[in-house]
Amino acid sequence: MNMIEVENINFYYGDFHALKNISMEIEHHSVVAFIGPSGCGKSTLLRLFNRMNDLIPNIRLEGKICIDGQDIYKKGMAVDSLRKNVGMVFQRPNPFPKTIFENVAYGLRVNGVRNEKFIAQRVEESLRDAALWSEVKDKLKKSAFELSGGQQQRLCIARALAVQPTVLLMDEPASALDPISTSKIEELIHELKPHYTIVIVTHNMQQAARVSDKTAFFYLGEMVEFSDTKKMFLNPEKVQTQNYITGRFG
Amino acid sequence: MKHSEIELQMLREEINQMWKLVISQLEKAKQAFLNADIELAREIISREKRVDALELKIDSDCENYIALFSPVAVDLRLVLSIMKISSTLERIADFCEGIARYVADNECGEINPQLPEELRMEEVFDTLISMLSDGFVALESENTKISGKIMAKDEFVDSLYFNAIGIIADYLRKNPEQMRCGLKLMLLIRKLERIGDHCNNIVEEIVFYVDAKILKHS
Repeated sequence: MNMIEVENINFYYGDFHALKNISMEIEHHSVVAFIGPSGCGKSTLLRLFNRMNDLIPNIRLEGKICIDGQDIYKKGMAVDSLRKNVGMVFQRPNPFPKTIFENVAYGLRVNGVRNEKFIAQRVEESLRDAALWSEVKDKLKKSAFELSGGQQQRLCIARALAVQPTVLLMDEPASALDPISTSKIEELIHELKPHYTIVIVTHNMQQAARVSDKTAFFYLGEMVEFSDTKKMFLNPEKVQTQNYITGRFG
Repeated sequence: MKHSEIELQMLREEINQMWKLVISQLEKAKQAFLNADIELAREIISREKRVDALELKIDSDCENYIALFSPVAVDLRLVLSIMKISSTLERIADFCEGIARYVADNECGEINPQLPEELRMEEVFDTLISMLSDGFVALESENTKISGKIMAKDEFVDSLYFNAIGIIADYLRKNPEQMRCGLKLMLLIRKLERIGDHCNNIVEEIVFYVDAKILKHS
């Protein structure tokens, strides 16, 4: 069984048909990149994976999305527990106005964990997994806002990891970062891959090429091509994909 | 080490593996020729497929590296150099196979055993093996100081090649019935001369990678 299975998804914002007949399978412990021009539907699909679109008025979803074998849109599905299992990192680092420690501990506390020793252990593990521990271990009680943009983004990744999700969604996680911080995030993705299934939306095609095992190219709500990243960037099947990745688009 | 550096390191290991194999092919070609060792010649012919397979693998891995990591500066120069060195090594291995076929065909037993000595064949083989080995060290240590020494050795190989033309012409005047074998031997020496040229090309690629200088046609 695959970690994520998408079957014939159609998604509408009011009358706007944002995603058209999308079907895909994402394997356990793989990194999948979504690429495509703005408005192509890649972020919409990503946000469907942890039901981030639920609160948008006038939306309609057809089809089925299963994560870890569970239909995440079935009646009675607990969205909180879904989001615990499917973490998300956004384009701009969004640390809470709390200490570094409390940012990472937040998800655990919200989920009712009270054992401080366990929380401290998970905070350290998560910061280590996010390749941030060595930089912050002496200032855990300092405000998260004192960190640089790149550190804040890794803190947000640590916060997502603290509740031990199986899937990590990343919506342009490095687009607001400088090249060094971007490189750290990309290295982190490689390090996290053995333990998590990662789906990343990126406008940076070279980033998709560097970090992912498979890449999906979207255009006007359709998934034009979904294949191994090596194949996609060396010999794509569709002319549209080729035109996009070579910059000849439009 | 970053993921892209690990991939680059793997490319270096692949080219090193191919290089060692080709050096060994050339050493065996020398032994097979000097000792008329048909078994060894057959071994060289059979191992040629491994060189071809490595060339294909390196080509494919370099293409993937360029497509996925968009290398620039020193990384780009290294990948381009590895692609060209791999292709050159494959040609050297082809020449080794050609030498092995000459031995394996075993058609020229009547050639005077003094002739290869007069042609200084062993010295030519040894010079080529050292050129190829020095090139390996130069890339491994990213040291181009040795490049002039390697290129000087090619001039030595060239001089022996031009001497060989006269020596074989004289030999064939005295032994016209051995025309076919004499010509085959001349072609074999030509292969050795070409191996020297290819070693030079490899040095040019190493200088391009390490010093970003173009020696070609200069």
